[in-house]
Amino acid sequence: MPSDLTTNTAVRGPSGPRTGWTPPQWVATTALLMPTYAWLTLAVLLPLLTMFCFSFLSATPMGKAPIVFTLKQYRAFIDQPYLLNIGWTSLVIGFWTTLLCAVFGFLAAVALSRATFGRMRETLLILILLPFWTNGLVRVFSWTMVLRENGFLDNLLHLVAPDAGSISFLYTRYAVVLGLVHGYLPYMILTCYIALITIDDAIIEAAVSLGARWWTVLFKILVPMAAPGLISGCVLIFVPVIGSFMEPRILGGKVGVTMGTVIEDQFTQAFNWPLGAALSFTLLAVVLAIFATFSGVLKRGAAA
Amino acid sequence: MTYLGRAYLFAMLFFLYTPIVVMMAMGFNESSLYEMPFSFSTKWYEALYQNTPLLTSGMNSIIIAIITAVIATSLGTMAAVALERRTFRGKSLLQLLLLPPIAIPWLITGTAMLVFFYWSGIGRGMHALLIGHVALAIPYVVLVVGTGFKTIRADLEEAAMSLGSTPVHAFFAVTLPLLYPSIIGAALFAFAVSLDQFVISYFLATPGYTTLPVQIYSAIRKGFTPEINAISTLLLLGSMGAILIFARFAKPGDVSDKR
Repeated sequence: MPSDLTTNTAVRGPSGPRTGWTPPQWVATTALLMPTYAWLTLAVLLPLLTMFCFSFLSATPMGKAPIVFTLKQYRAFIDQPYLLNIGWTSLVIGFWTTLLCAVFGFLAAVALSRATFGRMRETLLILILLPFWTNGLVRVFSWTMVLRENGFLDNLLHLVAPDAGSISFLYTRYAVVLGLVHGYLPYMILTCYIALITIDDAIIEAAVSLGARWWTVLFKILVPMAAPGLISGCVLIFVPVIGSFMEPRILGGKVGVTMGTVIEDQFTQAFNWPLGAALSFTLLAVVLAIFATFSGVLKRGAAA
Repeated sequence: MTYLGRAYLFAMLFFLYTPIVVMMAMGFNESSLYEMPFSFSTKWYEALYQNTPLLTSGMNSIIIAIITAVIATSLGTMAAVALERRTFRGKSLLQLLLLPPIAIPWLITGTAMLVFFYWSGIGRGMHALLIGHVALAIPYVVLVVGTGFKTIRADLEEAAMSLGSTPVHAFFAVTLPLLYPSIIGAALFAFAVSLDQFVISYFLATPGYTTLPVQIYSAIRKGFTPEINAISTLLLLGSMGAILIFARFAKPGDVSDKR
């Protein structure tokens, strides 16, 4: 519909009742767009470009050491094999977080679209999405209250079994995954729910009347038809999770070393900016590869 | 089946809210080591009142969030007008350029800003935080206001113009009032995005000028006290409030009768 206005204005042309000089269309369009894109260029595009250049430097250009262009930062994965381990850890954490979100989130979306109606559904949806828009840092911090020794979880256990020891698992990778699932689950529920509500009830009724059991309905109808939502959710979760650093730091303690924390260290502790930049761009390449692979699905998801 | 589904949803809500409720409750527990049994006390909120660094950074956060909301909403609305109502070449490229702030992990965007702002002499501190926060909020504003535009018919504006209105007057007299709910929603959204932003702020803040999440993070890493619970509770309630008002204004999925 956006073309209507321009074409009509052009057709009406000078015979229109407007008075005074009107600038050409492109001037107005540029004036409207300029501030936003100038701002994004300054704040996002130029920084990414600068960091890309930095990733080829031999050292941070702060001291007096001579700076030369080099590819050695990108060889870090070969020169420092422990980085491979860390990269693998990040991928494993990302995989489990995404998988758990997909299973629990999809089922929640199914329950939301099949077992609730009207007011109740609206309220539940808002309640599910509300934590997502609150501070992620605070939510991660709140898990330390539950998981720490003699925390909420231990107290709950001691209500049932007063003599049991501690089942605290703060500062483990399980805690990191749990915190990440808690953070990103609402995302998955939302994308799956949007995909599920477009499915026609009649299809499911037809399947049930022909004798389909619930698992047939789930795996032969709901999952395939909601696949775009499921895949969008997975991508939108996996990408930020492999770049996360404060969740592993707070919930993982000493074992919480991921690509995210290594990159953060290069900028805040080690001051090896070129290495940090190279690692960032390696991560970015992974992210872009994921987006490129699923771009078709994501576009359809955005259109829906 | 219906009851099973609802039970499952309530289990999900229990999972989502338990840590938050526990964290909030611990802000009212007297023990500084979060020890049980629970004994009610407001002493951590009183201590908060004396904690100047936390309060100052909280004030900084609110000021930055307000300025971010104003700037991002103005710029983003202008861009949304152009992207929704005008045809020009390269539009899809411009729409694509809105994605990086949303799609690239903040760790990468944040470190890139740190490098560029250092190298170009912009430096860190309040102005750097503002540049970063506005850039993160603009894409959301364009999306929210753009969605609002789709519910308004373009021919209302044309009708006004054929009755003698200039394009500018038609926009301000006809389209803008119809857009107000979306614009207010977008502003609240931008406010919440800025208030909750931690990663970017973490790299752009200076020891002398921090925001609340950055201050909370350094406090957590130093070993935390229930004062953190108290300020976190206030922060959560603040952003939950903003989002609930947003939901009231923007009514997600509501494409009703603005015609």
